[in-house]
Amino acid sequence: MTREMTGAKMIVQALKDQGVDTVFGYPGGAVLPIYDEIFLQNDIRHILVRHEQGAVHAAEGYARSTGKPGVVLVTSGPGATNAVTGLTDALLDSIPLVVLTGQVPTFMIGSDAFQEADTVGITRPCTKHNWLVKDTEKLAATIHEGFHVATSGRPGPVLIDVPKDVQFATGEYQPPKPTASHYQPLVKGDMEEITELVAAIEKAERPVFYTGGGVINSGPAASQLLRELVEATGFPITSTLMGLGAYPASGKNWLGMLGMHGLYEANMAMHDCDLMINIGARFDDRITGRIDAFSPNSTKAHIDIDPSSINKVIRVDIPIVGDVAHVLEDILKVWKSRGRKTNAEALANWQGQISEWRAISCLSYTGSETTIKPQYALQRLEALTKDRNRYITTEVGQHQMWAAQYLNFEDPNRWMTSGGLGTMGYGVPASIGAQVAHPDALVINVAGEASWLMNMQEMGTATQYRLPVKQFILNNERLGMVRQWQELLHGERYSHSWSEALPDFVKLAEAFGAKGIICKDPADLDDAIMEMLDYDGPVIFDCLVEKHENCFPMIPSGKAHNEMLLGEAETQGVIQSGGAVLV
Amino acid sequence: MSALHIKKGSTKHSAYNLRPNFSDVQERHTITVLVENEPGVLARVIGLFAGRGYNIDSLTVAEVDHTGHLSRITVVTTGTPQVIEQIKAQLGRIVPVHEVTDLTVAGPFVERELAIVKVVGEDDKRVEAMRLADIFRAKVVDTTLNSFIFEITGTPDKIDAFADLMRPLGLTKIARTGVAALLRGE
Repeated sequence: MTREMTGAKMIVQALKDQGVDTVFGYPGGAVLPIYDEIFLQNDIRHILVRHEQGAVHAAEGYARSTGKPGVVLVTSGPGATNAVTGLTDALLDSIPLVVLTGQVPTFMIGSDAFQEADTVGITRPCTKHNWLVKDTEKLAATIHEGFHVATSGRPGPVLIDVPKDVQFATGEYQPPKPTASHYQPLVKGDMEEITELVAAIEKAERPVFYTGGGVINSGPAASQLLRELVEATGFPITSTLMGLGAYPASGKNWLGMLGMHGLYEANMAMHDCDLMINIGARFDDRITGRIDAFSPNSTKAHIDIDPSSINKVIRVDIPIVGDVAHVLEDILKVWKSRGRKTNAEALANWQGQISEWRAISCLSYTGSETTIKPQYALQRLEALTKDRNRYITTEVGQHQMWAAQYLNFEDPNRWMTSGGLGTMGYGVPASIGAQVAHPDALVINVAGEASWLMNMQEMGTATQYRLPVKQFILNNERLGMVRQWQELLHGERYSHSWSEALPDFVKLAEAFGAKGIICKDPADLDDAIMEMLDYDGPVIFDCLVEKHENCFPMIPSGKAHNEMLLGEAETQGVIQSGGAVLV
Repeated sequence: MSALHIKKGSTKHSAYNLRPNFSDVQERHTITVLVENEPGVLARVIGLFAGRGYNIDSLTVAEVDHTGHLSRITVVTTGTPQVIEQIKAQLGRIVPVHEVTDLTVAGPFVERELAIVKVVGEDDKRVEAMRLADIFRAKVVDTTLNSFIFEITGTPDKIDAFADLMRPLGLTKIARTGVAALLRGE
């Protein structure tokens, strides 16, 4: 069989050889030869989005919910520039993506040709790596290398820019070769450091696991090993926004999410611990708060596959560069071989302290008989969907934090949210990507109305491919998080943080060929949610909620973990726990 | 009334309160980076420094292995110990980077820079320029009746010293290559 083929055919062949079953894309002049090849085959499914940003976020939703790289195909110029936000989002959240862009023919590059943009130049800082392929002979090998780079080490997005003449020209197809790349990040952690960590685990009086998206990126084995380690040691565990689901929310050692809107017990445990074990998280500023007051008395261990994460923000005592699953396996091995020791007596005291913090019930809020509180809406959504095969995506803002607080995740890869970049408009396309990957699952995008509008055009994609995504919009007619900051930090000057011209979401749903549901009475909420769940197709659920609700707990910027605001509870004088200075 | 009791104009309004808690002693480091000589690789390195706010005091690059297509980039940078560590870690995660060596740490090392210096002058100044060039072992590579171009090789300090001496003698232009450096011994 001849392996001589056109560049366009090579691209499709390389995708097949990489096990790709789905591509999210949008055609245009510079990728027409590739679309021709897609037309002529049935192995790879192409999902036509409505905007290139949507394609990238959909691929992120696909990648995050499957553990496989997401693949995007867009045209040159505006196609590529529209993908930039998605690429940056994937870079900050370490989501593996392979983005193929068309480019003007090689002989026209640099001439300001129609739909020409310096794609590799523009995307250099927002990809893990990128390539402009000028020679068809190198095209297949570059695509294989792209998959390798996107999925090895700390995952991330790569971009391959393919000029149109390279797609038309012929060359010899190169099948994937696993050893071809010099890029081989270390996965095994240093045994000396691991032994030092085990020694610290044996002695720790007030330990805490602080886990992040790296556990999920490492694969299902990492979550399994994490659960084993947590159960065996009995140490409490908290997680970043990106790491929810790696340890089950129903687990007895679960503290809940930490950080700016994290749970009181999680943040207090972080502040007062004597051993912090960071597994696949990166001391993001939403987590640390004021860094010179961050967990002042703890020994800090940090497991991360990216050496640049270590000591970037917080100086750690035990740095371990390696893949989470590999390192956890070694930790368990060494810890078991040394006799499975922990400081049981001290741990019991620590658990007692944590129970006291927990008793504060930081997520309590003032209920209402007349308006739907957003927290209540999410509690009901959780109650009515928790036993289903469920995937949750979110937009960005208050609703995102409430979703992280009130929804419980039992497994990894069930929670897709824009953490690092905070991209409004992520949720709708991400829900589509997750639903494409899991056609029979329940996929819900928990949204705010403002974020939701940013990529609402993708409802057309949902309808076209009969994707029954549920858009659960907590509609407060405000940019809720902006409004909250303006209230708390900017003298209640609500500068441009509300919309005076929101669409009728029910009519909008109907216009897209979806079902629209509106609900404003707490008494009707359960029935309305059930109606959404029972409908066999895409739904836009307009949940009219309390307009001025603030998201608590909150660590104000520039404050330490033990300076949390607990909101309502603060005014009621509920908190009397010693040591907590609540502003 | 703000629940946070934050005064008007307070910098605590910022969401990005990342005051570093590490040493703020500035150190000068010479780092060499062995990279695949592929298009855009220099832009990646420079973009990293620009994008993350690191300093470049000097930068040189050329292909050093024509068969393996490897280039050596020598970069001199200044920063706190934490920033220097970050620079090396960030350089190391660029995909076409094969090797990052901090010569200042791995040392001792030899560093050299080449400069060509144009000095315009007549009479005594011209004679003095020649005399000083001789002391610095600078070579004359071009001359007219009222100008010289000197070629000088040495450490950046030596070139600075030479340029300072030539300035009153009519230095009009100087071109410097930036530092090339290698570890001593095997």
